[in-house]
Amino acid sequence: MYTVELTEQETEKKKEQAIQNVTGSVALLDGLVQEQVKTVFGYPGGAIMPIYDALYDFNDKLEHILVRHEQGAIHAAQGYARTSGKTGVVFATSGPGATNLVTGLADAMIDSTPVVCITGQVFAHLLGTDAFQETDVINITMPVTKWSYQVTDANEIPAVMAKAFFIASTGRPGPVVIDITKNAQLQKFDYAGYTKCQHVRSYRPKPIVRKEYVEAAAKLINEAKKPMVIFGQGVLLGRAEKEFKRFIEKGGLPAAWTILGMSAIPTDHPLAMGMLGMHGNYGPNVLTNECDVLIAVGMRFDDRVTGRLDKYAKQAKIIHLDIDPAEIDKNVKTEVAVWGDCKETLPMLTALLETKCYPQWLQKFKNYLQDEIDAVITEELNPSTPEMTMGEVINILNELTGGEAIMVTDVGQHQMVTCRYAKYNKPNSNITSGGLGTMGFALPAAIGAKFGAQDRTVIAIAGDGGIQMTIQELGTVMQSKINVKIVILNNRFLGMVRQWQQLFNDKRYSFVNIESPDYVQVAKGYYIEGNSVSDRAELRDALKKMLDHNASYLLEVMVGKENNVFPMVPQGCSVSEVRLK
Amino acid sequence: MKKEFTITVYTENQVGLLNRIAIIFSRRKISIDSLNSSPSEIEGIHRFTIVMNETLEVVVKICRQIEKQVEVLKVYYNTEEEIVWQELALYKVSTDEIAEKATVERLLREYGARVVAIRKDYTVFETTGHREETDRLIKVLEPFGLIEFVRSARVAIIKTSKGFHEKLKEFEKTEPGEELVENEFLNKRDDVFTM
Repeated sequence: MYTVELTEQETEKKKEQAIQNVTGSVALLDGLVQEQVKTVFGYPGGAIMPIYDALYDFNDKLEHILVRHEQGAIHAAQGYARTSGKTGVVFATSGPGATNLVTGLADAMIDSTPVVCITGQVFAHLLGTDAFQETDVINITMPVTKWSYQVTDANEIPAVMAKAFFIASTGRPGPVVIDITKNAQLQKFDYAGYTKCQHVRSYRPKPIVRKEYVEAAAKLINEAKKPMVIFGQGVLLGRAEKEFKRFIEKGGLPAAWTILGMSAIPTDHPLAMGMLGMHGNYGPNVLTNECDVLIAVGMRFDDRVTGRLDKYAKQAKIIHLDIDPAEIDKNVKTEVAVWGDCKETLPMLTALLETKCYPQWLQKFKNYLQDEIDAVITEELNPSTPEMTMGEVINILNELTGGEAIMVTDVGQHQMVTCRYAKYNKPNSNITSGGLGTMGFALPAAIGAKFGAQDRTVIAIAGDGGIQMTIQELGTVMQSKINVKIVILNNRFLGMVRQWQQLFNDKRYSFVNIESPDYVQVAKGYYIEGNSVSDRAELRDALKKMLDHNASYLLEVMVGKENNVFPMVPQGCSVSEVRLK
Repeated sequence: MKKEFTITVYTENQVGLLNRIAIIFSRRKISIDSLNSSPSEIEGIHRFTIVMNETLEVVVKICRQIEKQVEVLKVYYNTEEEIVWQELALYKVSTDEIAEKATVERLLREYGARVVAIRKDYTVFETTGHREETDRLIKVLEPFGLIEFVRSARVAIIKTSKGFHEKLKEFEKTEPGEELVENEFLNKRDDVFTM
């Protein structure tokens, strides 16, 4: 009896000790520490000052990277999430601070990137009064967030933070906004410690996999004569790279990736057939309309992948593995849908597969690849013209990095060229804005990517258009001494739009002429070393010097003005109508 | 072929959720014919009843998008035959006009109308029923100077539903049991897409 009483008393005492009277801000930061967050990207302001004040005492536990614009913060958090597989965290103030996040939120939403954004908000009693720097951030961001919540009382903070991290990172990941009024940040309350969220009753991130569908899928694959796998970021998000490799290897299945699925398997894998879609490889595009069973893994049949839908893989039986039930039958109707996490569903499916190979079928891919090499690739990688091509820059980078580097691209021609020609040995190496196509993504995302993979080389590849959208983040690179390599492929045009104007608008070049500053001087202004090359003879050494430099480095490469990216599936055409020129 | 569907959404009671649901429609430029928000058979669980006119395929996609929202527990869609539904309408007419020209008792009997307020200057009638029924009374009252008319959103009961109690128990478990049908649209897809 005595001991029992003592234990109870002790527990009581412990409980009392555990309860601390702290501010909402402290509880919030403790929550981040408990969630193993190491790095926060942010920018202070009036309505988030209490959190920044508390951050002053968390210096040893949390690293804060001061960006130059909130858009930079969220892209950095995205880059961090994509290379580390963890949730990126952003701090921004109310009003303009919060609205500057919108592009990044939309980008993270469409590319399923786990990000938690903490925005400051005016005092609760001022909500709805048009107070200084007040904006209705919850409603502005509603269509581009997986979940959002406004905290007006500090007592809510621990549970809301736990829920935010749980929702952002599980199921199909996505961005979460937590808007915290200033009074809640300042309010002291009894904090009983942080408990991670494991379950939200209205939210089921991981469905029970139905065996009958897996069996039906396996039956279709085993009976196939010309099967083909197309995969997306789901494989990377599910950390199912090994499971996926076993699946295609056992089934002998040729596999092509979407832009976001790239690097889930090494690009030189014998079953790797290249990229799908508008500027993807010739073979996988044409053969999509020839295969008899099409197995889609963790991808969402984006229009840039499918081309014209009513002519997309009509001959094939389609199997779709996805974690998000809303994606199934959304764009392409499937024969068999396997709803679940591919980390779980792929091994189940592999177990039921017969070990097979399809030499004649694979030969078809090889034949198309040869056509593509002859018509496009050779000239792009080893040009006969005096002007440099984007492809040869990537080709030399491949040689110099051995496929070990992380490439972070912006949006446009250079993005397509990089994704077409980059070699990757490791997963999570290709970081790009796929769904939203956000110009200005590369530089800030590369900053975050470096924090997510400290021991790897991170190369931002941008065009002369995109780099000028977020060039202020050179300030972040400077101040936080971030070792990222920045390659600007300068063709003195907004190249992708120019290409379309050439092909479809009769060369009416409308506002695609863009002038650049002296990038080397700009870099110098930020104390970043830089160089510019316009002569092929200097290219290799310049790239090598950039990679060998033990700090950040900016390299501008002057490339051909009017080069086009091919192959191309013109908008409104079927994938089998892909053009080589 | 477009058809009228009634969607029933069980949700947590959360500020802003109505907006999250509404933007799923507005983003796709689909209009909501009627929307009702009310408590459900379970305390703390909210129930939205939404009426829309669309093809089955669109309705299924919309339902999946709604069910994807974190705070939404479950979505059902039903055709008119699968539900029992009612709308309520109020009509304000001049008391003098009614007293002089119409036989109130006849109206009450024929249209199942009730008087909810009688003042010196106006009288308020109420009917519940389907759209045609509430519409019909407008026609009857118009000649007597209908001052105000308003109709409520639709409320509907699903004929085959056993209520949400058992489902909620499953949702509350961290590991759901095998019997839980989490996404009925996927399991129903065979009948859905062979149409």
